[in-house]
Amino acid sequence: MRIPCPYCGSRDASEFSYSGDATLTRPAPDNADAMFDYVYLRDNPVGVHREYWYHDAGCHAWLTVTRNVSTHEVIDAVLAHDEAAS
Amino acid sequence: MSISRRLASGGLIDRSKPINFTFDGKTYGGYAGDTLASALLANDTMLVGRSFKYHRPRGIFSAGPEEPNALVTLRTGARGEPNTKATTVELFDGLVASSQNCWPSPNFDLRAVHQLAGPLLNAGFYYKTFMWPAAFWEKFYEPAIRRSAGLGALSGLDDPDTYERSHAFCDLLVIGAGPAGLAAALAAGRAGARVIVAEEDFVLGGRLLSDSAQIDGVSAASWAALAEAELGTLPNVRILKRTAVFGVYDGEYGAIERVSDHLSVPPPFAPRQRLWKIVAQQCVLAAGAQERPLVFPGNDRPGIMLASALRTYANRFGVTPGQRIAIFTTSDDGWRSAFELQKAGAEIAVVVDARTEVAPDVRKLAGNAPQFLGAHVSDTSGYRRLTNITITDSAGQTRSVAVDTLGVSGGWSPSIGIATHLGGKGSWSEEKSAFLCNDLPPGMQLAGAAAAQWTLTQALENGALAGAKAASHVGLGLQAQKPILAGDEASGNNPVWLFKGSRRKAFVDLQNDVTATDVALAAQEGFRSVEQLKRYTTLGMATDQGKTSNVNGLAILAGEIKKTIAETGATRARPPYVPVAIGAFAGLHSGKHFKPTRLTASHAASAAAGATFVEAGQWMRAQWFNAPGENDWLQSVTREVKAVRSSVGICDVSTLGKIALCGSDVGTFLDRVYINTFSTLPVGKVRYGVMLREDGFVMDDGTTGRLSADHYVMTTTTVNAGKVMQHLEYCHQVLWPELDVQMVSVTEQWAQYAVAGPKSRALLQALLGGACDVSNEAFPYLACAEFHVGNIPLRLFRVSFSGELAYEIAAPAGYGEALFNALMQAGKALGVTPYGTEALSVMRIEKGHVAGSELNGQTVARDLGLGRMMSVKKDYIGRTMAAREALIDPDRPTLVGLRPVDRSQRLRNGALLFARGMTPAPDNNAGFITSTAFSPGNNHWIGLGLLACGLERHGEIIRAWDPVRSGDLELEVVDPVFVDAEGARLRA
Repeated sequence: MRIPCPYCGSRDASEFSYSGDATLTRPAPDNADAMFDYVYLRDNPVGVHREYWYHDAGCHAWLTVTRNVSTHEVIDAVLAHDEAAS
Repeated sequence: MSISRRLASGGLIDRSKPINFTFDGKTYGGYAGDTLASALLANDTMLVGRSFKYHRPRGIFSAGPEEPNALVTLRTGARGEPNTKATTVELFDGLVASSQNCWPSPNFDLRAVHQLAGPLLNAGFYYKTFMWPAAFWEKFYEPAIRRSAGLGALSGLDDPDTYERSHAFCDLLVIGAGPAGLAAALAAGRAGARVIVAEEDFVLGGRLLSDSAQIDGVSAASWAALAEAELGTLPNVRILKRTAVFGVYDGEYGAIERVSDHLSVPPPFAPRQRLWKIVAQQCVLAAGAQERPLVFPGNDRPGIMLASALRTYANRFGVTPGQRIAIFTTSDDGWRSAFELQKAGAEIAVVVDARTEVAPDVRKLAGNAPQFLGAHVSDTSGYRRLTNITITDSAGQTRSVAVDTLGVSGGWSPSIGIATHLGGKGSWSEEKSAFLCNDLPPGMQLAGAAAAQWTLTQALENGALAGAKAASHVGLGLQAQKPILAGDEASGNNPVWLFKGSRRKAFVDLQNDVTATDVALAAQEGFRSVEQLKRYTTLGMATDQGKTSNVNGLAILAGEIKKTIAETGATRARPPYVPVAIGAFAGLHSGKHFKPTRLTASHAASAAAGATFVEAGQWMRAQWFNAPGENDWLQSVTREVKAVRSSVGICDVSTLGKIALCGSDVGTFLDRVYINTFSTLPVGKVRYGVMLREDGFVMDDGTTGRLSADHYVMTTTTVNAGKVMQHLEYCHQVLWPELDVQMVSVTEQWAQYAVAGPKSRALLQALLGGACDVSNEAFPYLACAEFHVGNIPLRLFRVSFSGELAYEIAAPAGYGEALFNALMQAGKALGVTPYGTEALSVMRIEKGHVAGSELNGQTVARDLGLGRMMSVKKDYIGRTMAAREALIDPDRPTLVGLRPVDRSQRLRNGALLFARGMTPAPDNNAGFITSTAFSPGNNHWIGLGLLACGLERHGEIIRAWDPVRSGDLELEVVDPVFVDAEGARLRA
């Protein structure tokens, strides 16, 4: 699988670490129930998914990758930083 | 004296280059361009092994990678490679091969008695026969079966060769360099596409090498050579010979190049094989097709071969495998094989076609040979070599014909195996009598026989079109292609899946000894899906992946369960399409090269000082230093600890993770990742911090110093350096991108040494002079500073892991060795002692500091006595989850110190803790020992442990249970700080 890193270009997936669901938002402090869901509960969707990948053997950027988990087709990859800041 | 079966002339072998090789200890001759199989056949050696289950004599069956029978062990000793297909081994001078699965030889195999036990060895026999008594399976049945049924054996020695992994990128990958593949490569290559042509064989051409057809007015083989020459002139085309594409993965292809397998040993610095990861926009799968054998009684005798293989041996290798050859076919192509064989000079004894009607043009191909239509071969005889076949004609009359070779042709199956690797399925075409693939991986096209375009003309046109299409897909203009002129061929086929006749076994899968009866039995017993059939009978599960057997097997199953082949379906092919050595996947990452070895700047100097090293993550760290006269590690460690506690010692702590953090918001950032507050940290100060994971458990600990207003340097534990870096980057990039923080790992940029002990200040004064005032007043506990000595930037931190007055001094890694030597020199008069990780560990246990064995992913800050550090004034990672009921339960195991009641006893890590008088049972367990050390200061073993309600139990006598090592011990629970509880020494 290839991931198009915005900094480094199309790179082999082995350079990245997968880090799960990118649709989650860290809840406000002290909301224990929301925090529990955030830490432990994950949907297992079929089809297109948004997920975090970390380019640890490259530029160290956290990417938000849009990927079809059924076909492994990588549709898009953007910097998580840019997305979070917007 | 063996007979030569080499034809007087012809073939693509180089008769000017004779080659000697050895098979089963006997020396034979062949020529350059031969395969091991063609050279054996040229020497009239057909019988090359025994079958998997029944130990029946088996001969060479094919001329390519589909070979089910001729598996040999190639080479000897450490380079010995079992289960190598003789039909794909390129002959080289000095080649040594031996037969497998027979003893003492393929001609006389004692285990052939298995044939008598045939009825017991039917489908599922493992499950049925060896059921009782159950205990016998492991001890008796399985070892016995494994000994007698099997393929070749591994040498058990280390592989002396190297392997490589490489990436390649192209617009178009052409798999297979037969007529369609060459035409595709030419079309795309001429259009300017970056093309890689991967061909498993050592010569390009595929079927062009086996046919006498004419293309563009030259012989097929010459046309292939001309195409190769033209491709060679195109700088955008790369030809990979001896390279099999074995799998399609997500957006890339796996291929194995047998770089040196055609040489007796790899040349210096060359790998044996190279694994390619090929990233291709487009792919043309032109892997050709596979001729199907016929299933009839006695169809496995040596001398019975694929008809197309006979044609390959004759035309490509100039070998006729037998003197009198019969052809048994259900397809027009069988007749073509008869024609090619006769043309090459072989004698065709008879052609038997199961079809009642065959076009006159096709029948003409057999020349004067007797022909039987609507007939079939119903029996065979000959033990080590075929001697006779029995033909049952259309009227039911039988007659015996003496032949030594029988070519069988049941039509062709497109080689679409790798086209189905991404989940596509073959679908049966009644019209083509073949499985076609319509659900292809993205960017892949099929061309030629792989697309059931059977004739040469079709293959060439189809290939050229596919190549042109691929080029246009990558944005290159469609170029007008010059039509390639080749004759037409008849390609009719009317498959018959099973012929009845004598009671002899009719084999479907030659490699795994699966018969038509086994398939019927499986169906009768309810294994009615193809996937069940495969697993129950092992049909198609051998090293050939059932290339010659799958379609026949499932067609017979379809007949048994009264369904069509389309309804029955095919099993799914999975990578690898051809066997790939594990070593090729590992590439250069084996042995010491599996992961990098990282050496600290003081490594050489430490080694010279007698260090024994230990792996810490990827680092090698000095574990202890052996002084003259010491012969026990504990002796050395004890000396080092005493030296530090009484004088001064130096320890390389460069391996601790170091992260530089810059920006105006670093204080805020650190507040959010550490449980304690860092925004109040003044410039020139260091603070100890603890980080949690978001689930509330402790992740890591370390110190962070503030070198200037917006420049901090954090340390992490050695093993968590990467993990913490990743975590901080996540926190910054994903959670709080608004913070002005930049970070970079500087672990490898700075060498850092702990200088510890009451004389450490004196040592640093001697070394630094006026460069830095290290007095207690100017540089108190937890101070830090950055300064220069000459041009060299140095950093000094007053931190202590040992509990003594101590500093850590850092220099750029390039000056690391010089700094280590300078420290040793400056401390000479003070009796400075280098110490290793063992002494470091002893002193931290004496001081009750937690380390890896306490930060085990199951402890929260309170468990470690660090609960007071958890700020209540701010949010931080893990705070909410750390407040969960179970994590604030006062009964949780907490950190305690432990010492043996009998001071002479040794403590062991991992010993389980119980209240005195309690039975050692899981329900009663109160914790365990996490760290132990012999404390030179106390002169007995001490330990740290996690004990339920530990804080309230100081003074209690408990039981440590460790049945496999020290047994049962009584321990006293004490405060975890064994030395200098008030901290007077480190503030001295």
